[in-house]
Parts: sequence; structure tokens; C-alpha cells
Amino acid sequence: MPQHDVLVIGAGLAGQRAALAAAEEGVSVGIVSKVHPVRSHSNAAQGGINAALGPEDSWESHAFDTVKGSDYLGDQDAIEIMCREAPQEILDLEHIGVTFHRNEEGKLGTRAFGGASAARTYYVADITGQAILHVLYEQLMKRDEVYRYEEWFTTALVQDDDGRVAGCIGRNIRDGSMELFEAKSVILATGGNGQLYQPTTNALVCTGDGIAMAYRIGAPLMDMEMIQYHPTTLAGLGLLITEGARGEGAHLYNAEGERFMEKYAPNKMELASRDVVSRAEQTEIDEGRGFPDGTVALDITVVPRKRIQEALREIVNVGRDFAGVDITKEPIHIKPGNHYVMGGIRTDTDGLTSIPGLYAAGEVACVSVHGGNRLGANSLLDTLVFGRRSGAHAARQSHGTAMPKPSASKLADEERMVHEIVARERDGRRVSEIRRELGETMDRHAAVFRDEDGLRQALDVVQRLKEESRRVATDDKGTVFNQDALGAIELGFMLDNSEAIVMSALERKESRGAQYRTDFPERDDDGWLKHINVTANGELPEISHSEVTLTQWQPEERTY
Amino acid sequence: MADYTLKIRRYDPESGQAAYYQDFDVALDPERSVLDGILQVRDDEDGSLAIRCSCRAAICGSCGVKVNGKSVLACNTRISEAAASARNGAVVVEPMGNMPVLKDLIVDMDAVHWKKIQRVIPWLLPEGDPPEREYIVPAESMIDVTQSMACIQCGACVSACLSMEVDPEFIGPAALAKAYRFVGDPRDAHTEERLRDLAEDPHGIYDCTHCFACIEVCPKGVDPMNQIMRLRRHATGDYDIKDENNGYGHEKAFVDLVEKYGTLHEAQLLPRSYGQGSLLRSQTEPRAIRQLVQSLPTVVNGLKSGKVSPKKALIHHKLPDQDQVRRIFHAIESKDERLELNMYIVGEGDVGPGETDEEVAEELRGQADKQPAQGETGDER
Repeated sequence: MPQHDVLVIGAGLAGQRAALAAAEEGVSVGIVSKVHPVRSHSNAAQGGINAALGPEDSWESHAFDTVKGSDYLGDQDAIEIMCREAPQEILDLEHIGVTFHRNEEGKLGTRAFGGASAARTYYVADITGQAILHVLYEQLMKRDEVYRYEEWFTTALVQDDDGRVAGCIGRNIRDGSMELFEAKSVILATGGNGQLYQPTTNALVCTGDGIAMAYRIGAPLMDMEMIQYHPTTLAGLGLLITEGARGEGAHLYNAEGERFMEKYAPNKMELASRDVVSRAEQTEIDEGRGFPDGTVALDITVVPRKRIQEALREIVNVGRDFAGVDITKEPIHIKPGNHYVMGGIRTDTDGLTSIPGLYAAGEVACVSVHGGNRLGANSLLDTLVFGRRSGAHAARQSHGTAMPKPSASKLADEERMVHEIVARERDGRRVSEIRRELGETMDRHAAVFRDEDGLRQALDVVQRLKEESRRVATDDKGTVFNQDALGAIELGFMLDNSEAIVMSALERKESRGAQYRTDFPERDDDGWLKHINVTANGELPEISHSEVTLTQWQPEERTY
Repeated sequence: MADYTLKIRRYDPESGQAAYYQDFDVALDPERSVLDGILQVRDDEDGSLAIRCSCRAAICGSCGVKVNGKSVLACNTRISEAAASARNGAVVVEPMGNMPVLKDLIVDMDAVHWKKIQRVIPWLLPEGDPPEREYIVPAESMIDVTQSMACIQCGACVSACLSMEVDPEFIGPAALAKAYRFVGDPRDAHTEERLRDLAEDPHGIYDCTHCFACIEVCPKGVDPMNQIMRLRRHATGDYDIKDENNGYGHEKAFVDLVEKYGTLHEAQLLPRSYGQGSLLRSQTEPRAIRQLVQSLPTVVNGLKSGKVSPKKALIHHKLPDQDQVRRIFHAIESKDERLELNMYIVGEGDVGPGETDEEVAEELRGQADKQPAQGETGDER
């Protein structure tokens, strides 16, 4: 039975950063991941990471941009911490080997990004997330004291009799064996839930596991309605074209050849906040000025070719391999697509949730630094700053804390749960059918534009699918790499996530950030400058509100 | 939508059965990927079909497989193209090579790939405490190592590596490309130790046979073999590492012979390789003599089988216009910096958006043309 002072679940940027920070405190650390760590979705963060590190820049400016980007829903104390600690985080990464782009003097160089008043995005070509992820993994390989459980799937969190988190139940994907992992504290770093939507930029592993597992043991989920649609994704497949393309100067055009951002954000144009650009595109498409495939065009040919090869190389590949387009020669068709969940498990600025001993960091969490809309290149920063803070805090707390005693029956319960999935009669629908229906429903009703009717329909579908998912059919009867059974468990996680999103979206009767209600098209600070929390309470989730922390910035009208 | 047949190699370690091939019919748009086809099978027909996959965008490196015998990522291999190159109409999908199969299309990467990565000390080893701010390094050096940083550890090169098939202990293309990521990084303070280690290892940089298989299959343009060759050039050219494997000697012998004769003088290649490039040392140094004696059976076999004749071996002709070869050597040697082609960054010079590929190619040809001219200057000197 594995036992650690700190157990991290998820091994993307937040998880690896947390594990390294905890290890630096000299405690025993385990890191569990359902995929090999370098397969994590942090890889997909192409554009870069924000920090006010230049002599002309200031953390206050970065923080204000973030507050404004969040449509004033972000908690300003958390945003201040993130922006103050950003420069050191970049330097720490640089010191352990991240190959950040340099300027002519050999110092760290930047690129422009959306919603930012200064060029403060540090980057490695357009593989920033991948480069950082692989460098952190180098550090994990270096450190024997961090025990890695690669390809272990976590099915549930475990508590002791007082409700303190005491570990988790994991299934070794390679041989199907199940274990109780005991820990003084658990850090959830399992990422987001883009797979609830079809299409999405997110990887197949992004099924909201951590959000659901925390929710199931009573942790409140905050601002789940805030789902980011990225302005530039490929139609059909949903693959991402980095915001870095617009940062390098690319333009957006509708089918009539009009650079339409002039109408929506005359100052920042293509580099307005993501919610603003996505809404502009969707409006163009809905009003008939898009291309027949429901898209608008992103023209990268205005960027010098050498610069494209040097800084947007991955996008050249994506265009060529997945759309058959040479982006150095012709515009590529794009549309807004599901990308990121600003909401998540509610935490404080040390990553601690309302469950004693349970932390969350990265996309799984809601601190909240992104509020209603995340700025590009702030997500990597969020994962690293709050990953590190969670890891360090959890490690320090573990000194002098006794190992909690988990409830004895949990392992057997979970083994029974998996066995039931594998052994059940095949009379239900397939996992893929339910996922498809869920994905289409969410993309139709809980996307860029929403209204009461659509959200009610979505809630009905989600609740019906939840019922159906309990007898979903699987084929694989084995134990070795039984991905089929894991898919059925993930489906349950996804439906819990969906329910929280739709209920929160129904609750917020205003338009703010990524939530645009056509039936309540204005932002309403008097009524809704507050967080929405969803807590599991038997079959019916409970909704509550909490205050947004304001420090130095009062809500203002938001224009770009 | 079009119909395709996938012939997938199945293996279930729990069944007690040998591996077998199973055909599945799928219907997909021609621009979709082989992975989309496999997932369609898994979604609609057989949920027990095992494959690692996640991002669908050639960035997570999970879905390395063989398609029609070639190591690829399933997600960036178009199904229509795979079908066009298929024999008998069916797209054959198999697990990667050089690694044990765990189930269906899943191989044990820990047992091979990651073990080799761990072998090259895959983390930065800077000297002393870090500076207060960032390390100041040339911009080009970061762009340069970005080529090996672009590696997503998918294992396609390991799967395709012919040297590893013969010597399973070969450190291999992925791990050696990873090693270059540190050797080429000016922040790393152990460049020489790393190079010495990889040169002296009998399964190290000189175990690569230059077959290009890894370059051909790499989905990210890392070009592992080129990184291996760069490691060699650093080891020999910059650090003069005369390794036990005669890698240094072999390279020196090879280059010197070509400079002298224009073609390879095979009879001299072996002794000169043992003598660190020198024929004299191969006859005088005990280690070289020992190695020469040990190779006698090979020489005898070569003579017996008629692969070499004594006459051809001893009297080697020079090329008629040997001066031209010399001029190439001079041209390259007269340069201040070693010519390092980083294929990752194409389009040298500031190429504007209006310029066509042909214009870029023309410009590059122009640069190439300049080289003999410089060579002539070298000759005069």
C-alpha cells in the first residue's frame, strides 16, 4: 500500500510543479497520472507564459489586464499573488533549462498576446507548454525522492471518519490491480474538462476527473459556467491555432473580406480578450458573413515567413497535416471552439479546498484568477504559481500531522464498482454514443451564446444521460489496459461536470466574460458581481453565492 | 465519406493466444486520420481494442504505431494516404518495433525508450548557483536546441532504428537527440563529460550507422540522426575525444582518405581507423596492432569471398580531378565557424510574405554558389 506525505494526482504542469515544490521541502511525494506525464495536455499550450519581467512592465499592469480580462469576476488578491510571483517563476524555469526565446542581447524575449497592455509573453517557439512540461519531467527523472505512478487511474478520493482527505483509490492501468494510496494531503492537478464538448481543442484525457472526484466528496465547484471558447480552432476537429499567430500580427477576415474586428474592438482588434473575439466571430458567422463551413478566416500570411518558421512552426504543421493548408501562403478557416474551463474546485490562494487536506491547482481549480475569461498565456502561469504554492503548503502542513486513517471499505467499494462495469450485461448504449450526445448538446446550448430555453434542454439531456450512464455497455472483459472500463468511469465524471456547468449557467442571469446570455445581454454588477458555487447534495446539487474579492480595481466598463 | 479497411494486429496477453490480425471496415472523410479510424472501431465495434492516444494533434506523442510497416503517429497519418500506399487494399496497423508489446497497439516504452532516455543524464547540469536573472545566452543557441526540444518522445525513431534491431543496447536516436539538447545548451557545464561518456560507450554515438530511418519517420522534424552527427562533430572537432570505439579514428581516416584519393581507400580504412587516422600509429601502437590482428579473420573472409582483391586493395587510384575535391575541403576548412545546418529553421534570411518558395530556393542556391568562390580564396592563401 503506497503511502506518502503528499500525493499529487495529475502530472501536467500544475502536478509536476507541485510535486517538485513538495519534494524541495524534504517530504515523501507520490505523483499519480492516468497517462505518462509528458502526454499531459499542458503540452498543447502553444503560445507562452505571461510575466511582467521587463524593466518597462509592472506586475500591477499585468494584474489589471487580468482583472479586466476576467470581466471583474477574478479574485484580485489571487491575481495579485499570481502576477507578483510570475517573474520569479519564469526565472526558475529558465534556470532549470527551459529554452526560452532570447532577444539579440541574449536575454529573455517576449511576444504580444491578447488582452495585454504590454508584450509580456515569454515563449519557446510555439511549443511553450511542451518545452516546460518536458523540462519539469527532466527534473522528476533527476529526483528519486518523487515516486512516480505512471498510468495509474484514480477512481475516487478517500476520507477519514472526520472528513479529512486521506488518499485515493488508484487502478494500475497496466494490470488492473487496485490500490489504496494513503497520504496526509492530496493535490488534485487533473486539468480541465473540454471533452464534455464536441468539438474541443482539448485532448481525449481531459474528462474533468478531479473536478468530479472533489465534487463527489463535497467540495464546492465555483464559476463552472465560465467556459472559454478559443477564437481560432479548426472546424470539425477542433484543433487549436495558437493566439500567438494573432500575437505575431495575423488578421481575421469574414467571407466578405472584411477585417471585422474593427467593429467589435477598434483598439485591440484581433488581440482583444478571447471572449470578445469569439463572440465577434460567432456573430459574423450567425449573421451570414462566414464561410459555408461555418467559419471565418485567419490570415497568417501577413507575418514574415522566416518569423513563421521560427515562431509558429507547429501551426505550419497543424495547418498542413490537419487542414491541408499552407498557412504561409493562404488563410486558414477557423471558428470559436471549446478550450478551457475558468471554473473548477474552489480553493484559497494556497490551493487548499474546503475539504481538509485536499488541494487543487491548475485548470482543475478555481482560485479564481481567470474569473469570467482567461487571458492567453495566463494558464501556464496559473498552473505553475499555484502548483508550487500548493505543493509547498501541503508539504509544510504534513510536518507534525499524523497519517489519517482512511475508511476501510473504500478500496473494496471501488473494486466492486469497476467489477460491476466489466461484468454487466450489455443492454445499455455505448460510452461513445453517450459522449457524442453530450458533446453536441453542450456545444449547442452551453457555448458562446446561451439562453434559458437552451440551458433547460441541456440540463434535461445531461440528467437523462446520467441515468443511462449507470448501465453503459462495455466490451473489454480483461484487466490489462482495459481502457473501456476506464472510459465508463470517465463518462460519469464528465456528466457530473456537465451538470454543474449547466446549472451555474442557468443561475447567472447576466452576461459576463464567457457567459453571454442572449436573454440577459448586459453585465449586472449590482446583482451578479459574485461567484456561483455548486455543491453536491444527494441527487440535487445545491447552488450558493460568494463574494468576489476586490483589492484595488473597481469594476469599469470593458472595451478593447 | 469513404470506406476503408483496417487490418489491425491484435494481442491480448490474458488470452493465452498468439497475436493475430483482424479486419475492420470504417467509414471516414478521406482527410481524417488513421487514429480516427481506430477510434471509430473502438467506439462503435470493439471497445477492447487498446491504443494509447490523447491529443489528436501530434503533440502528446502517445499514438506511435506502424502503418503499412512505417513507424508513424496514427493521428497525423491521413487514412486516405495510408490506404493509397496499402498492399491488398487494407491499411495494416501494428504496434511499434524494438519494444515489447503489452496489448494490441500498446508497447512497453518504459522498458526500452525511457530507460535509454534516463541513460543520457537527461537534465541540465549548470555550474554553481544560477544568476539572479536569466542566463545570458546567444539567441541562436536556444533556437538551435529547440529542434531537439521539439521531440515529443513518441518513440517512432526507436521503433524504426535499424541499429537498435542489431544492438538492442544502442542508446538510440531519441535519447541521443535528447543528449544533444544539453550538449548544445550553453547553460550546461558538462558538455565535455557528456560527449566523452557518449563517445566511449560502445552503444553510444558511434553505434549509429547513418541509415536515415529515424529522420524519415520523425513526425516533429527533430531529425535524430542529425543530432547524433552533431554530437560526433562536437566530440571529435571541438574536444578531440579519441575514443575506445575508434569513432574518432574512423572519422579522421575516412575524411583524410577522401581528401587524398577522392574515393575511399578501403584497405587503409581499417588500419588508419585503429591508428586514430594515422597509418604509422596503426603499425606501432600496441592497442592498434592488437585490433589489427583481431580483424585478420575479416580480412581473410573478404579475400576468400572475392569482396576485395589484393591488387585493388593495395593500389588505389586517385580521382582524375582530385584538385576539385581538395578545393571543397579548403572551402569548408577556411570558414571561421563550422557549417551547421539546422533543418528546423528553414528560409534563411528575411523572407517577405510575398516571396515564393522558388525565390527562397534561389536565394539558398545563391548562398551555396558562394562557397566555391571562398574556397578559391583559400587555395590562393
